[in-house]
Amino acid sequence: MATTDQDLTTATSMEDRHTPLGLSEEDLKRMYYTMVLARSLDERMWILNRQGKVAFVISGQGQEGAQVGSAYALRPDKDFFLPYYRDLTVALTAGMTARDLMLALFAKAEDPASGGRQMPGHYGHRAHNVVSGSSPIATQIPHAVGIAMAAQIKGEDTVAAVYFGEAATSKGDFHEGLNFAGVLKAPVVFICENNRYAISVPEKKQMSVQNVADRALGYGFPGVITDGNDVLDVYKAAKTAVDRARAGEGPTLIECKTYRIVPHSSDDDESRYRQKVEVEEWKQKGPIERMRQYLRGQGILTEDLEKNIQARVMEEVNDATEYADKAPYPEPDTLTKHVFAERS
Amino acid sequence: MPVKTIIQTVRDTLHEEMARDETIMILGEDVGLAGGVFGATKGLQAEFGEMRVMDTPLAESVIIGAAIGAALNGLKPIPEIQFADFILPAFDQVVSEAARMRYRSNGTWNVPMVMRVPWGGGIHGALYHSQSVEAFFAHVPGLKVVVPSDPYDTAGLLRSAIDDPDPVMFMEHKKTYRLVKGEVPDGDRYTVPIGKAEVKREGTDVSVFAYGLMLYNSLQAADALAAQGVSAEVVDLRSLQPLDRDTILESVRKTGKALIVYEDNLTGGFGAEIAATIAQEAFDSLDAPVRRLAGPDVPAMPYAHTLEDQFLPDIEKIATEIRLLAEY
Repeated sequence: MATTDQDLTTATSMEDRHTPLGLSEEDLKRMYYTMVLARSLDERMWILNRQGKVAFVISGQGQEGAQVGSAYALRPDKDFFLPYYRDLTVALTAGMTARDLMLALFAKAEDPASGGRQMPGHYGHRAHNVVSGSSPIATQIPHAVGIAMAAQIKGEDTVAAVYFGEAATSKGDFHEGLNFAGVLKAPVVFICENNRYAISVPEKKQMSVQNVADRALGYGFPGVITDGNDVLDVYKAAKTAVDRARAGEGPTLIECKTYRIVPHSSDDDESRYRQKVEVEEWKQKGPIERMRQYLRGQGILTEDLEKNIQARVMEEVNDATEYADKAPYPEPDTLTKHVFAERS
Repeated sequence: MPVKTIIQTVRDTLHEEMARDETIMILGEDVGLAGGVFGATKGLQAEFGEMRVMDTPLAESVIIGAAIGAALNGLKPIPEIQFADFILPAFDQVVSEAARMRYRSNGTWNVPMVMRVPWGGGIHGALYHSQSVEAFFAHVPGLKVVVPSDPYDTAGLLRSAIDDPDPVMFMEHKKTYRLVKGEVPDGDRYTVPIGKAEVKREGTDVSVFAYGLMLYNSLQAADALAAQGVSAEVVDLRSLQPLDRDTILESVRKTGKALIVYEDNLTGGFGAEIAATIAQEAFDSLDAPVRRLAGPDVPAMPYAHTLEDQFLPDIEKIATEIRLLAEY
């Protein structure tokens, strides 16, 4: 909670930080696996794009820690997840599979998010309470507030977690959503992945406050700054926020200071707006590297386990790619389906 | 059978529906304690509580956006936008989100929600309390747009909208709220299907298509002309999306002449869609050009009564148009 921007690389001491948070070694291994899987899937997606096999990739490389650290604090299939288009790791943590994500990338009929209708990265899965998202930013924030409001009305202990980048915090829907959530004391957690750029526009040109979390002051609930590349720091804040929400104490805005280490999308040329050296620096302090270091320090991640994880991930990525590549496209005559409910 | 105004019918129907179905909730500006600026939700908060009849901040995007969320989590929200003019900040939520949710999720997520939107002029509401917004929204697949014009249809269509698994924009013409009265059966949960027009007055010389206040004015004009031997058929569209093309075409095939009356400004208004439908499907039946009578192409309805009167198609202007067509 007290982490500042300057401390981002300090959390590498060897003390056991996970047990006090209620996380077991198994939890840590699962989180780590999910991050490595997300990264490998994402890298494969870029390769497929450059090979000309898929038209578009939008990715969240570098943001996996903020994503798994926060999503892990929710109850899959019970709580609601409203990811934005960089949240591959949120989607996986919520229960979507590598095949699901590859099916979306290839725009195949079986894609559970949209049946090949949306661009890749527009996650959704009804059975896992992953709410379908759109491309205009911040529009999902009011939805999360409404989901939480409905839980209050029904007397259920559901929590909604909604994700967005720092760019979304300039939008009206961010303000309207957080303001209303504060009034309602709604069980919602607002998770901002501050990756420093709104495509090409840097933080400083997006806001005159130092932290997105500072904005929470205007809504009457806590704003928490986390080291977004430190899974445990994010988890700690998310767990506190989710517990607060479930206990009826209201929303929390969590800012995860992180960095997107790849261009905005497969159509973006990042050399126009940032230096290679800056990207390289952030790669060195990436969330996967940081967690690997921690797990090694704790004796949880042995060389054998690391090899085993890499092999399993590669197998999963290969399987998903092959499966999605071979899967059928939507039939052309399904174009007009699902405009309205089909009447029997 | 009790005779009610439209506003009374809206209020009574909301009351009955909320008592029947505890998943229904209302949210909007001044809908709670104040009972709505038109009284559509009067007394409901006292009966159903602050969470089911919820006053919101004056922020239209989150009114619709939160309603979408509530619908995604199993409720049947009925957001009220105080005046149709104020729905534009929520345009993105209505068009990009509510209307597309089912389609973009391949039929897995849906948004059962009824947006109540008081619209229309003739109430000295000037530029920002008089607008017709139906053309913006009837253009959007995935969204149903309903425009009841009398108390009976108001109750029946509101129930159908509540039963509908998709988002419905329920447009209530403000001027008709207390102007139009009619019989509404008690104790019978009848419905009027969305997507069915109704011939409100049979005639043989000219077909008039209208909705909202213009339907009322058109009926008055037809009554006045009957004494002069002109027989006008008046069709109440009731629903713009989906549009009942069959009833429109059937009427035109009978009379051979069509007048479309709408209050929105002429160009690109919803009347153009009806005119195009008739031109394409009933060309052979036409004995005269299809005519449109609408508001002028000015940005919105002005305040001064002289300007407001000049803007609105009234009974006399409609009668003149019908007569012109009858004599063609």
